[in-house]
This record gives sequence, C-alpha cells and structure tokens, in this order.
Amino acid sequence: MAGYRRENADPALLFENYLATRTRAPREPLVFIPHTLSELSGPVYGDARVGELDHDLTRQHEGEPQGERIILHGRVLDGDRRPVPHSLIEVWQANAAGRYQHVVDRHPAPLDPNFTGAGRCMTDSEGRYRFVTIKPGAYPWRNHDNAWRAAHIHLSLFGPAFATRLVTQMYFPGDPLFSQDPIFNSVREPRDRSRMVSAFDLTETVPEWALAYHFDIVLRGPEATPPDA
Amino acid sequence: MPELPTPSQTVGPFFNIGMPGEPAGDGPFRITGTVYDGEGQPVADALIESWQADSGTFHRVETDAQGRYELATAAPGALDGQAPHIVLAVFARGLLKHLVTRVYFAAEAEANAGDPVLNAVPSDRRDTLIAGDDGVFDIRLQGEGETVFFDV
Repeated sequence: MAGYRRENADPALLFENYLATRTRAPREPLVFIPHTLSELSGPVYGDARVGELDHDLTRQHEGEPQGERIILHGRVLDGDRRPVPHSLIEVWQANAAGRYQHVVDRHPAPLDPNFTGAGRCMTDSEGRYRFVTIKPGAYPWRNHDNAWRAAHIHLSLFGPAFATRLVTQMYFPGDPLFSQDPIFNSVREPRDRSRMVSAFDLTETVPEWALAYHFDIVLRGPEATPPDA
Repeated sequence: MPELPTPSQTVGPFFNIGMPGEPAGDGPFRITGTVYDGEGQPVADALIESWQADSGTFHRVETDAQGRYELATAAPGALDGQAPHIVLAVFARGLLKHLVTRVYFAAEAEANAGDPVLNAVPSDRRDTLIAGDDGVFDIRLQGEGETVFFDV
C-alpha cells in the first residue's frame, strides 16, 4: 500500500486564542516522512476487550444518571465512504451538569454517582456504532474571561493503522456557545467545523425514551494505488 | 472527490476517563523520560501511546505530577530497512492534534546512520530522537532542544 492521504482539515497546532497551545505547540515545522510499516500498521483490538454494557453510559451503575438520555450513533468511514469495520471507539464526557468525574475538575456543579462518563464500542461489519448516554452540559474554563466550552463528547478512534489515529470532539447542533469556543474555532473553515457537529435524528429517536443524534466520523483513507503498480 | 477526515481536537485535561493508561506496560525494555512545555515546565497531563510494528506492541501511559512517564515494552526490532525504533504519539491539553515522534537508540549507531526517517531529519536535530543507553527519552514540546515531531 502506498500510504494514507495527507489532506486534512486539522487545526494548526498553534492557535493563540486557545491559550494552552502557546506553550505546548511545537515551533519547528513537522518533519515530513513517508509512511513506513510503522505508520501503516496499528494495534488490533478484539471484541473481547469491550464489555457488553460499555456502549451504554446510563447502565454502568446501580441507578440511572440524571439528565437527558440520548442515543449517539453513526458510522466510521474512510475518505471514500467505505466503512471502517471492527474498530475501537472510546468516548468520554461531562455529566448533565457539566462536571467530569475527574479529580482535576473543580467546576462547582454536582457529580452524579450514577455517571462515570466513559464508554467504548467496536464498529460492526458496516462501520456502524451506537452509544446510549446523557447529553453533556456546558462548563466554564479559564481560557479567557467568562469562557465556556460548548457541550461536547470526546471520541478516540484507531482505525486500521497508526496513521489513521484520530481524537476529536463531537458537538451538538445549534449550540449558542460555538462563537466563543476557541477549541471548536481552531478548525479554520466553517464547513470543516460543521463536520464536528452531530445532526438531530428523528428516525432513530426512540418514542417515549430518548432523542437520537447522528454523527459519522471520517478517518483518513488510503492513497489511490497507481494503475501500473 | 474524497472526503476530508473529521478534524482533530485536543484530548483536553480529562482524557483518562475514557482513554485509560497503564501504569507502565509489562515488557522487559524500559524507556523513561519527562515531557516539558515551552517554558521548561513538566507536562503533568500528557498521555503517551507507543507502537512497535515489528512485534505488534502497543502501550498507553500517562505522565505523573512531575511530567515523568515510564514505558516497559518489548525490545524493539529492525523493520523494513529501518533502524530499531518505537513510535510515540503524544496527547495533551493544548495539543489540537497528537504529536508523533520516534525513539531511536544510541547503541544502534550503524543502523541509525542508514535509517531513512532519521535521514529525513536535519542533522542538528537528530539527537532529540535518540535515547541514551540509560533509556532516557525526554520530550520537549517547544523551544530549546525541541523534539522532532513528524508529519505522518
């Protein structure tokens, strides 16, 4: 295989409005290297590593968590819209009040004893995935005066190779906090930002139970192999 | 027209809820180091993933309060005309995309001299990619002695 496509819509590493990038983003340009076996291969997770209820963040404790129950589903695809099957997705998020189950989080909003905020699942043979969770709340942070993160769910994906590794955040449609969130806006083009926003999905909404949101995730696709190769 | 990948976003400060690390790994080959930011401060909230294609070995470790990490992994082997190396990905708050680097080894001077990836690195920066015989590999995200990170 020749390698994976380089074209991307990733944010530049230095984005002044996101303060932490100022002391953490490298100043030197990244050094271009061809894709070798080290980048073309990657860890393989078996289904065995994922527990039966790992995809359902509302059923990991004795009681049900507080908040608005939602279904988050979609497909993992490559750039040619081919499914990425049997691939691990990890998610983590704040609870309905905007608080993470984490020692570093000091936001004075309640923790929920019935919500850890972590889940994972494997995509099926068609690249589909499905989580049941609670809609996360917005929360303040200290990046700038009166700074709030738009509500989001973190996602980590492996795909078939180390070169397809992706960690991103999924946002909710119409969030009024988008305009002042520098992490969201670190992605330069509005059309690329919109690809981090899920769509409300009435079809998959379960009556009397939970709203659904649809979110497809696109990983890097393989470069086309030259016809005479 | 192929679709672009979903844009990368930072892991933020709370990643270990959903991307849990191991304490160090379980292999016989030890790498340790400290992650520093551009002000020389240790980065206490970084996550490091390691990948070795020759043995199919993957580990995920977090830095501690002093910015230190420890990786106990398989001894790296040669691969594909390349010198023995370990691929590292660094994730942290303030990194809008993970950084990819490689650990090479001072004891492999001959193999290193012929390694195509090391040879793509300006010679005055190559030493940032080479762990000493003590297995120490510090990662400097920015500034003086900045570690080489790759566009992969």
